[in-house]
Amino acid sequence: MKKIMLPLTDETVCSLKTGDRVLLSGYIYTSRDAGHKRMCEALEKGEKLPFEIENSVIYYVGPTPAKDGQIIGSAGPTTSGRMDKYAPVLMQKGLRGMIGKGERSDQVVKAIKEYKCVYFGAIGGAGALLSQCVKSNESVAYEDLGAEALRKLYVEDMPLTVIIDSFGNNIYEIGRENYLKSKT
Amino acid sequence: MREINVEKITDAIENMCIEANLYLPKDIKCALITSQKKETGQIGKEILGDIIENFKIAEKSQIPICQDTGMTCVFFEIGQDVHFVGGDLYQAVNEGVRRGYEKGYLRKSVVGDPVLRGNTGDNTPAVIYTDIVKGDKVKITVAPKGFGSENMSQIKMLKPSDGVKGIKDFVLKVVEEAGPNPCPPMVVGVGIGGTFDKCALLAKKALLRPIDTENPQKYYADLENELLEVINKSGIGPQGFGGKTTALGVNIETMPTHIAGMPCAVNISCHVTRHKTQVI
Ligand code: SF4
Repeated sequence: MKKIMLPLTDETVCSLKTGDRVLLSGYIYTSRDAGHKRMCEALEKGEKLPFEIENSVIYYVGPTPAKDGQIIGSAGPTTSGRMDKYAPVLMQKGLRGMIGKGERSDQVVKAIKEYKCVYFGAIGGAGALLSQCVKSNESVAYEDLGAEALRKLYVEDMPLTVIIDSFGNNIYEIGRENYLKSKT
Repeated sequence: MREINVEKITDAIENMCIEANLYLPKDIKCALITSQKKETGQIGKEILGDIIENFKIAEKSQIPICQDTGMTCVFFEIGQDVHFVGGDLYQAVNEGVRRGYEKGYLRKSVVGDPVLRGNTGDNTPAVIYTDIVKGDKVKITVAPKGFGSENMSQIKMLKPSDGVKGIKDFVLKVVEEAGPNPCPPMVVGVGIGGTFDKCALLAKKALLRPIDTENPQKYYADLENELLEVINKSGIGPQGFGGKTTALGVNIETMPTHIAGMPCAVNISCHVTRHKTQVI
């Protein structure tokens, strides 16, 4: 597995190919449905986002509450498709990576190619395992959204798979084809 | 007549909510371990390894297996000689859910209105089903259901002339359309017969039966095996990244239906298929 240190550079993004298994380390932001809606509303009004979006990575997650002494609760990915409406404009503003699970719309794939971004998959349902990679967790904005608040996490060796690379190749198509070909 | 104080129900539900979210049932664990050995897709094999590691960490570190700790489905089999005392049964159930989700640090994922939304803040209300059976015992099953997979479920009012082929085609279509979204490997619950509503309930109940058991009727046991085999030839694989292990199990439940119909419901679940049962 390739080790990747954030922030993402052009070189790293271009070197990542669909199906690559990587261990990601660095600062990432968390956001899901309600947070995305707010960010896009802010952009529409010409307001600034509450974090530096240039070259950033967003993790689509709504964790379980942390117990005392825990950094974060169970923290696996949520279905990315629900953020499709908002993702292209964020990529246009500088977002470089997204972490989630499941298919993306054609518009999102188009934006991934256009802005040279990458869509990573975290294992859906592996919230306990993924929580262990989170080393720090601080609130950035939208506290009132509870599990959906915008947070900044430091992750270490977070196991991910490249689902859609910056060339638009998609593991959901290629992985399946390759497997079926290997069977014939 | 046996009296049972509903406080007992509250306590039981509280514990079951917490345990169901921390400990994966044995049949699912075994199926994951066996599938990993048999998986031939390279990424698929690694993913299954991580999924196995995940349920182990959940147990050891007491962290929910998945962050979607679900909408709480509660199934009762109530002996007809039981008399509940000390309060309202449904309120007692919801109180148990409230406490379990708070004390267990589980995520509150229920909105009070389907259109107007608004989180209820305590994961209530639960979805509650009651069956009346013989005897003086109460059997309770708590099954937290995540919506990544619930959203991929479908129902179809098939015609009698569609026959078993219609059922097979429909189940495969649902699995195919679900693709990577329900966090495969999935567990597939199929309900056949009854009415529109009853058929969906059969599919949900099919997910409560351990996947290492078979439908008692040979015809349907064979159909379960056949469907599992075909699904696992689709190539979707763990997480949809390609591989053999698309589903861990297919369970079918049936009941009589009308001369003019053959309803079929497919309830999709994931590798975090949780349920906990207790008899009081
Ligand atoms: S579908 Fe299952 S494994 Fe996936 S996020 Fe939902 S509950 Fe968790």
